[in-house]
Amino acid sequence: MAQTPADANADRRTADWYVDKVAEVLMFLGGISAIVLIVGIFVFITKEGVAFIFTTMDVWEFLTSPAWRPTSDNATYGSFALIVGTASVTGTAVLAAVPFSLGAAIYIAEFSTGRTREILKIGVELLAAIPSVVWGFIGLSIMNPLIIHLFDVPVGLNVLNAGIILGLMAAPIMTTIAEDALEAVPDKYREAAEALGATRWQVTWRVVLPASKNGLLAAILLGVGRGFGETMAVLMASGHSVNVPDSLFDSVRALTATIAAELGETAVGSDHYQALFTLGILLFVVTFLINLTADLVVRGIRKE
Amino acid sequence: MVEVKDLSVFYGSTKVLGPVSLDVRQNEIFGIIGPANSGKTSFLRCLNRMDTFVEGLSFEGSVKFAGKEVKDWRNLYALRRQIGVVFPLPVGLPLTVYENVAFAPRTAGIRDKGVLDDIVERSLRRAALWDEVKDRLNALGSLLSGGQQQRLTIARALSQDPKLLLLDEFSIAVDPVTTMRIEDVLKELREEMTIILVTNLVQQARRLADRTAFFLMGECVEVADTEDLFTGEVADTRTREYVEGRFG
Amino acid sequence: MQFQATALNRRAARTEMIMKALFLGMTLLLILPVVVILALLVKEGAPMISYEFLFSEPKNGMTAGGIFPALLGTVALVVVALLASVPVGVAAAIYLSEYAPDNGFTRLINLAIINLAGVPSIVHALFGVGAFVLFFKFGTSILAASLTLAVMTLPVVIVATRESLQAVPHAFREACWSMGATRWQTIWRVVLPNAISGILTGVILEVSRTAGETAPIMFTGAAFFLPFLPQSVFDQTMAMSLHLYVISTQVPGVPDALPYGVALVLIGMVLAMNSVSICFRVWLRGRRKW
Repeated sequence: MAQTPADANADRRTADWYVDKVAEVLMFLGGISAIVLIVGIFVFITKEGVAFIFTTMDVWEFLTSPAWRPTSDNATYGSFALIVGTASVTGTAVLAAVPFSLGAAIYIAEFSTGRTREILKIGVELLAAIPSVVWGFIGLSIMNPLIIHLFDVPVGLNVLNAGIILGLMAAPIMTTIAEDALEAVPDKYREAAEALGATRWQVTWRVVLPASKNGLLAAILLGVGRGFGETMAVLMASGHSVNVPDSLFDSVRALTATIAAELGETAVGSDHYQALFTLGILLFVVTFLINLTADLVVRGIRKE
Repeated sequence: MVEVKDLSVFYGSTKVLGPVSLDVRQNEIFGIIGPANSGKTSFLRCLNRMDTFVEGLSFEGSVKFAGKEVKDWRNLYALRRQIGVVFPLPVGLPLTVYENVAFAPRTAGIRDKGVLDDIVERSLRRAALWDEVKDRLNALGSLLSGGQQQRLTIARALSQDPKLLLLDEFSIAVDPVTTMRIEDVLKELREEMTIILVTNLVQQARRLADRTAFFLMGECVEVADTEDLFTGEVADTRTREYVEGRFG
Repeated sequence: MQFQATALNRRAARTEMIMKALFLGMTLLLILPVVVILALLVKEGAPMISYEFLFSEPKNGMTAGGIFPALLGTVALVVVALLASVPVGVAAAIYLSEYAPDNGFTRLINLAIINLAGVPSIVHALFGVGAFVLFFKFGTSILAASLTLAVMTLPVVIVATRESLQAVPHAFREACWSMGATRWQTIWRVVLPNAISGILTGVILEVSRTAGETAPIMFTGAAFFLPFLPQSVFDQTMAMSLHLYVISTQVPGVPDALPYGVALVLIGMVLAMNSVSICFRVWLRGRRKW
């Protein structure tokens, strides 16, 4: 090869130098897209609902009055019943799903191996893949008659129905995150305990579970977040009455379902329209806080 | 070729090497020996501005390549194209063997297939790898054996037509036979380029290097003709102790 | 001396067996619904499935006929959503994996991604209405609905892409940079091609989720009864998910099997795509390139 002496004159900015700089800018723009969008979401929903918050309504009344009557002559917008509706359905879902999700996570992470493990994980993944409208349809067509028949109640679209459906919807994410938390516990802890003669179960109970409790907590939080934000399934399975429930068999309305059910019938800019957007702001803020907390909890594990 | 004056290298605010002042002359094999963590690799990183790859690494002082301060180069890629590097761990890129060696010429803008074919063959021959891969130029470079991957790395470095070749403990993960073959290659390459050889194998420096520097725990203890270092005519007793294997 | 199980050991072993069985039972109970639901949908809905069902239009006020416009609509929505979200998502992931320094701003981006993934679907719908339908004046259209879907599924693309990029060993990048390649050349020629498979897996997953969503498209572009097929992205469209919703809740006189048929096709599409993604992933794991 020709041996030219080292050439400092080669120090020129070439096309690919510029291409690299342009690429860097483009990638950066993509990178900030998530921030731009999340801020954008907050801005746009607040923009549509803000007039309502500052003029028509009283924040205290909005949050504590159960009278959500947007279409009556003297329209009132108390969202308490809706908040309790969401809480009752989500609460039922989490109570029902947490034991099963944790149990499944423990089995998959600690007791199963190889092929079985793969198959079980795929099963959970497929459970997560079912669209929410199909879940809602199941609630309508299967759970509804089932509940009426089993419990001898007049209406099957209620807290119990939506709660079970929501539980099945939230279970996969709880199971997966809990699994990750369990798998993150270093093997050397398990090995040390087993060397002392403990059975697998004893190791899990005394060593792995306590070590992973932050991650398990995060899993539950994320499941709550999922249940809280679910729309179609709850819309179709929880019934349509706006009231504070006394029992599992009462029909309720959730915040999400209310927006979905009523937005189509409002005029852009009307009080009702803005009230629905305000419900949206409430949903956004609560899920934001839940996700933030879950993330902090998970970050707490990584620091350990 | 390379002129270094009062170079100090920092990791964050901790000084890991310096001050170092030395020159590397054209067409010589310049060895750098010393125990681990002495700053040998950090030294290499300054020469082709590889410091930008490592977060927290920075340096002060004068480092000149081809008479120009490396910190003054406006196109670092052009700088790096003139300098070939061989790392301790062999890296075969997950491309075909052909594409591995054609990578550097392609990114430099060469598109003509005939020219590329030529460069690939010449680089592989000079890296003593051609005979083994000439019938499988389509094999994945990342699936070759360790010794072959290291020679592939050398072929890639040679495809750049470099003026300066940096080798950082190239024989660590490579079998002795391949090591000897590569050492023979280096002896031939000296005619055409300048070579800086960092090694923890003291005898390797003795075999190959014209002059050698001894780095110890972040300090450049001395630079001398290799023969002088090994026959005991040293300026610093620590050099003699290291060379004799008193510590390592 | 022989090691004999003490009473304590035996009790521990028994507890273990019970707990193991208990947890296995719980796991199966979670997965069972998938099987049951599928079986039921097949049983009740299969009679509806025919060439005509899939390729002709609804008749008699939606109580009979086929679902072709809804099927087409879902495909259109997914395609446009992909066109919007994949480039942005891949760019974002490249930024995070290849350029972003380890500082507070990067953590902020990651936080934003997690939150974006957690926003309720109806809030996405509200955003879609406020931003795309009203502010950008796209009106209720395929464009507005797809963009809403794109925003919703962006996090999935970003996370899947970032993971596959980070799976490429760092040594490859350093080897390329040392030869004088720019960062972009390295990404374009070495890193990205080796991450494509992971990206594809993520995209297929995104597609399956997008196809099933209802709330984000309800007010932004999907409608229940449209007499004509959409001619452009500015038209409204029907969609499978919305179709199922309306048919099962708001249309009187619908024969029992019809919604089951719709649900079956919808879940069939979704599960088929998920299975493709899963099989692809398993196949990839066997094909090592380094």
